[in-house]
Amino acid sequence: MGKRPRFLLSMEVECEPYLTSDHRLMLEKSQEVMIGISFLMKALGVKRAVVGIENNKPDAIKKLSELAPEFPGIEIAALKVKYPQGAEKQLIKAITGREVPSQKLPIEVGCVVNNVGTAFAVYEAIQKNKPLIDRVVTVTGKSISKPSNLLVRIGTPIDSLIQHAGGLPGDTGKIISGGPMMGKALNSTDVPVVKGTSGILILPETESARLKVQNCIRCARCVSVCPMGLEPYLLERVVVANELEMAENNRIMDCMECGCCHYTCPSARPLLDYLRLGKSKVGHIIRTRVNN
Amino acid sequence: MQLLTVSGSPHLHATQPVHKIMWGVVIALIPAMLVSFWYFGLGAIEVTLVAVLACTLTEYLIARFVLKVEPSLRDGSAVITGLLLAFNVPSSIPWWQLVIGAIFAIAVAKMSFGGLGKNPFNPALAGRVFMLISFPVDMTTWPVPVVNRLVLTDAVTGPTSLGIVKEGIKNGESLTQLASQIPSYMDMFVGGIGGSLGEVSALAILIGGIYMLWKRIITWHIPVSYLLTVLAFTGILWLIDPGIYIDPVFHLLAGGLMLGAVFMATDMATSPMTYSGMLVYGVGCGVLTVLIRVWGAYPEGVSFAILIMNAVTPLINKGFKPKRFGEVIAQ
Ligand code: SF4
Ligand code: SF4
Repeated sequence: MGKRPRFLLSMEVECEPYLTSDHRLMLEKSQEVMIGISFLMKALGVKRAVVGIENNKPDAIKKLSELAPEFPGIEIAALKVKYPQGAEKQLIKAITGREVPSQKLPIEVGCVVNNVGTAFAVYEAIQKNKPLIDRVVTVTGKSISKPSNLLVRIGTPIDSLIQHAGGLPGDTGKIISGGPMMGKALNSTDVPVVKGTSGILILPETESARLKVQNCIRCARCVSVCPMGLEPYLLERVVVANELEMAENNRIMDCMECGCCHYTCPSARPLLDYLRLGKSKVGHIIRTRVNN
Repeated sequence: MQLLTVSGSPHLHATQPVHKIMWGVVIALIPAMLVSFWYFGLGAIEVTLVAVLACTLTEYLIARFVLKVEPSLRDGSAVITGLLLAFNVPSSIPWWQLVIGAIFAIAVAKMSFGGLGKNPFNPALAGRVFMLISFPVDMTTWPVPVVNRLVLTDAVTGPTSLGIVKEGIKNGESLTQLASQIPSYMDMFVGGIGGSLGEVSALAILIGGIYMLWKRIITWHIPVSYLLTVLAFTGILWLIDPGIYIDPVFHLLAGGLMLGAVFMATDMATSPMTYSGMLVYGVGCGVLTVLIRVWGAYPEGVSFAILIMNAVTPLINKGFKPKRFGEVIAQ
């Protein structure tokens, strides 16, 4: 395919609330990050790169803007603070105003999206000959005594990270790998840090349990928050009823599992659980169709 | 180490659960309730209490003994239905008629469809229309406000402003002749006109509406499109012939329009799910209200208009989908 990227977008937008590892990386390794971006631009053959930073991080915006003149083609753009701005399609929309078509990749609108961690890793690989053997991980939570961003080797047990941040608080109810919106709950601390581990979030017991589920009151909040323009209340209903064709027609596969609908639902309906279930079933059907 | 909770993401929840939304609506209803107490005295207090008690009790009994589920009175939705039903009847209504209306609202219009959030029609309006058809005389006898607040019965009654206009036009009188009988717009706005409990003051309703907007319980789409449609439609008629059609400001302030646009049409369970759908719904309510008021058999058309649009809501939901991300490629 002759689709060539015209843009490189670098996201310095933290994917989720609570996580600050990208922010620290930007502040402490700004030079390296910018060099990494230049390498990426060269590799992709693009002339322009935009670094999107949320405007609640003025220090990072300032620091990178000062550096920007030294790197031709790299611009810094301040973005509104809004979850899920860090999702690539949302980031492209925010910076370029273009929408990536449903079920397509960002290259369709001439964009490639990378995040700051990647830019830094590229820098290290090329300049320092260092493979990706470590990464910055945020360890945080309300009752953690020393919330920190740690540069750790991949493979380090999460337990030792938590020890480093002051130990597991007594009221711990949930340990999440990643952020509060999309992270995975862990059943033990005996797991290693992997390439994608952006943070460890410890929630107290009081915030761990799911809320009591009530009837959908059709308040339309889930519809108005969905960044993909879906109707989560409807999708939940059709997935429960196993009307998979209806789910597909209502674009269940576009759901990026950001969790906004589930978060906002006043009735605490487990919307995302059903969306995931529906996506896996519909995905199955789509794949069989392709194979025939 | 204690057991950890493991569940799917997201791991955080918003801070506006159902009961907060519902009690927020109740708070928004308080100004209008106090105004009605002021003007209609003990009668209004009695009507409000009877309606709220009858609604909550019906819901409790049905949940407990018929459906055999745990009654969820804490969510406050039965209280809202009770208050809204009380707002829609004259303060002189006999209590037993009100109880029948409340039972109809909760048992037939709400619980038989599955309870909270599953009712296709606004329960309070369904109850009101049921009473209007069953007890047409008592439902259209409107006590005049501020007669004697301490007397429960034998209040002086009079027609509502919409009734005056409708009857007058039918009898071939012109609007100039009727003008003296119509209360001033200031009275209609602040309070003190004849009508049902919640119709008495447009201002008190607006205060409640602004509170709900501020608390993000409702969005502006339905009330604004509804009121603007009524204003525009009656405005056009008035420009065509000011002799037969009364001016739009009268329509805006008279009757249950404010109450309907702010509290009834915005009922979540029975209104559309997208912003575009809400606008269509508001316009539909507005057009139907004017059609009934001007050409229909009843002087007031708000309840019927909203109930009809409730019935159209599923269709609107099918036709007006949210703007899908990635549907149009902006270049
Ligand atoms: S998780 Fe919910 S809000 Fe997020 S994309 Fe999917 S349906 Fe929309
Ligand atoms: S947010 Fe929850 S209660 Fe509201 S419409 Fe969606 S599923 Fe229903």
